[in-house]
Parts: sequence; C-alpha cells; structure tokens
Amino acid sequence: MYNASDLRKGLKIEIDGEPYVVVQFEFSKPGKGQALYRTKLRNMVNGTMFDRTFRSNDKFKKAPLEERAMQYLYSQGDEFVFMDNQNYEQVSITRDQLGDNVNFLVDNMDVQVLLFDGNPIGVTLPISVNLRVTKAEPWARGDTSGTDTKPVTVETGYELQVPPFIEEGTLIQIDTRTGEYMTRVKE
Amino acid sequence: MSPVRSRRLLRERAAIIQAVRSFFVADGFLEVFTPVRLPSVLPEAAIEAVESGGWYLQSSPEQCMKRLLASGYERIFQICPCFRAGERGRKHLPESTMLEWYESGRDHHDLMALCERLLRHLRPGGRLSYQGRFLDLAPPWPRLPLDEAFSRHASMSLERAIAEDCFEEVLCREVEPCLGVDRPVFIVDFPASMASLAALDPDRPGTAQRVELYAAGIELANGFKELTDPEEQRRRFHCERAAIRRAGREPGPMPELFLRDLARMPPAAGMALGVDRLVMLLADVADIGEVVAFTPENL
Repeated sequence: MYNASDLRKGLKIEIDGEPYVVVQFEFSKPGKGQALYRTKLRNMVNGTMFDRTFRSNDKFKKAPLEERAMQYLYSQGDEFVFMDNQNYEQVSITRDQLGDNVNFLVDNMDVQVLLFDGNPIGVTLPISVNLRVTKAEPWARGDTSGTDTKPVTVETGYELQVPPFIEEGTLIQIDTRTGEYMTRVKE
Repeated sequence: MSPVRSRRLLRERAAIIQAVRSFFVADGFLEVFTPVRLPSVLPEAAIEAVESGGWYLQSSPEQCMKRLLASGYERIFQICPCFRAGERGRKHLPESTMLEWYESGRDHHDLMALCERLLRHLRPGGRLSYQGRFLDLAPPWPRLPLDEAFSRHASMSLERAIAEDCFEEVLCREVEPCLGVDRPVFIVDFPASMASLAALDPDRPGTAQRVELYAAGIELANGFKELTDPEEQRRRFHCERAAIRRAGREPGPMPELFLRDLARMPPAAGMALGVDRLVMLLADVADIGEVVAFTPENL
C-alpha cells in the first residue's frame, strides 16, 4: 500500500480497479491547515487524464503491473499478436493500445509487454529500430534551397524527415521514443 | 540550476536576512536565540513534529519566545530553523527558516502595520516584480475577511467549504492563487474554529484575532493577538492532541511549562514569517529549493 506522502511523478497506482500513472504532482499546505497532494493522473488503459487531490490519510494500492519479454509475430486487422518468450502463450493487443509504437513494429521484434492484472495494456519497444526506406524522392544535387531534410516512407508506412542523401532501399535507424531519424545502417 | 545562479541567490538571501535583522534591531527589538530541540511541542494537528532523541525539533520558536514574554521581555525577534515532517513542495521545505517577532501590549493590527514597514524597508522603491507581474507595496494593504475572500474568489462560500470538509482544497485551488496578486493582502477574521493560538475577538466571539499575509498567491506570514488564557489554551491543546491521535500519531507530552507561564504572559501579539518564501518573492524565484544552499534531496 502507498500513502499520500509516497506520491510523486511516475508512480503507478490502482484506483477503482484501474491502473493510473501520476503525470503531475504538487504538494500544497496552508500553514495551519492540512496537507494536500494535488495530482494529474493518466489512466494507463484508455489514456484519459484527470485531476485529483489527496489528503495525508489517503492510501492506495500499488497497481499490479508486470512486464514480460515477448516477440511480435503478426497483425490481423487491428489486432497485433505477440508471443511470451517463456511460456510461448500468445496475446493480442489492439492498435489503439499500441499507439505510435505501431509505426516501428517489425516481425520477430523483441519487446516488453506491460500487463495489468494479467491483461496486456501496452508495449515498450527497443530504443531504436532498423527500418528500410520504401519511398524517397531523389535528391537533386544542385539543390541550394537550403532545406537539409526531406520526407521518406519506411516499410511500416511511417513517414519521417531524413537527411537528403537517404535513398529508396536504404536501411535507417529510428529512435522509437521520438520517432526521429538517428543514422544510416551500413550493410 | 546553474552554480552561478545559485551563488547569486545565496548572496541575495544573506542580504535580505541582514536587512530584516537590521530593521528589527533599529526598531528596538531584542534578537533572541532559543533552543531548537525541545521536550514537547505545542500540539497542532496539521503540523507533524520531527523527533530527535526522545525530544522534538521545533516546528516554530513560539513556546520559548512566549515564555520570554512572560518573564518580562517586551519586544523580541528571532530568525531560526523550523522543522515539519513530510512538507516538501514548490513552496515547502521540511527544514525552513522562520522569522518570528512578539510584542507586549500590541495586537494584530500592529502586526499588519509592521509587515508593511518591513517590506518598505526591504524594497524602498515600493514595487516588486514576481514571475512577470508587478506588486505595488504602498501601504496600507487591503484587509480582507476570510469569508469575503471565499465569496469573491471561490466556487462556494467559506461556510459551505467548512461544512463539506473541503476548506483546504478550495482555499489552495481557488482562493490562494488570487490573493495578493497586485499588492499584498491581509486575510483577517478567521472563524474561531481556526483560531490556533489566537485570542478571540471580545466583541465578536466567533472570530479569532488572527491574520495571514499573502503576496503573489504565496502565504507569507501568520500572526495572532495571542491567547493568554491558559485554561482555554489547554482545552484547545486537548482538541489538537485528540486530532493527532485520530490521525494515528502520538502527540507527545503536554507543554506544561508553557501553559504555566502563559498565565503571567502580558497581552501581546506575535507573527511568524517564512524567510525562504520572502526570499523567493524578493528574488523572483518560483521554487523554494532554489533559495537554500541544499534541499533534502541534495543531502
């Protein structure tokens, strides 16, 4: 169990059977009054945010969250299927739950799946992923317009800005946290 | 925070504390130094004392300073560390620096006038800029009754906030951010249920002679026309001790020597002003951690 005084940014707690993460936290207290713990909470299943103020004597359960190593197998419509590396059980996760991660998923990728009470609610990808460029405008060498990036599309359909020398068929490394180009992969 | 900025703020802090000290000395106050570690604290449910080898670190120098008043010192001040467990936020430190002053034969109106003079001494220009807004320090500052502050700024009346047990929530969320925005303001006329160690108004027994100073939404100081009736004080302490037990804490021993001396304390007024917050305000700093040499996280 947590007390109100344990509240801090990033803490994951359970309220009314749902997992929440504290995204903002402020302690306030009138000199002669009781302490207040003002938070902004994000529901880890559906992403909704709300403000809630706690008092010193409030207690909450630690959210029963577990991360398991899994491998991405395939997608079927809006369902994405992963396999638990230890017991080979398959779980499916919806496109909504994956959010932007869907842009960086490639077959057989090793990921961490976040489970709440045994149910998958999210996925953490490796920090970087290598993806092949499937569409790029050729670079006009004489271009002096001053732009130092151009848009390309990678195999997952994701579009991003890269340096002008990147061509169709090149393998590039992308930061999965920001979605930004990192470097060209030498093959 | 860059080391250069922190060096500037610590110099500014030192200069402010020197200026506060010279103001009180020039005004004829005696600077006193009372023990920080005490066998008992004045029980207040909202304040959790820090234990120290079976005794307690003071949460305020109030009890020793009032005992000095009782023994005949008439005008005294002190700048000292105070300790309150669990208080850490943008405006809170578990170890903070407090300025307290006490004057025999004075009341809460005198406390307010002294605050106005003190700020004038610290900012002779009569203006200060805090987080992008200007505050006019020209006295007199408005005296705003607490219930009017609620009716002016909150979504519900003071009476209803108390009845629905959400006084602090409404005060912190809705009222405080609006207090002292263009110029400092004194909140006055606290209900008797929030009297703490204040005397009740003889003409209006439901009202405490208590005052709170706010500037730029920051609670800066709290003062009372002091309660000098030891029986009434003991009764209030009993209530506070019961509330401390209900919260699952041990209230510690009753401060008997304080209650004994209260019987011979002359009529007086006293005020406690948060020095760290004063420095925040004068140095235009948003976070209290920047105006001290070390925060608890850095120790």
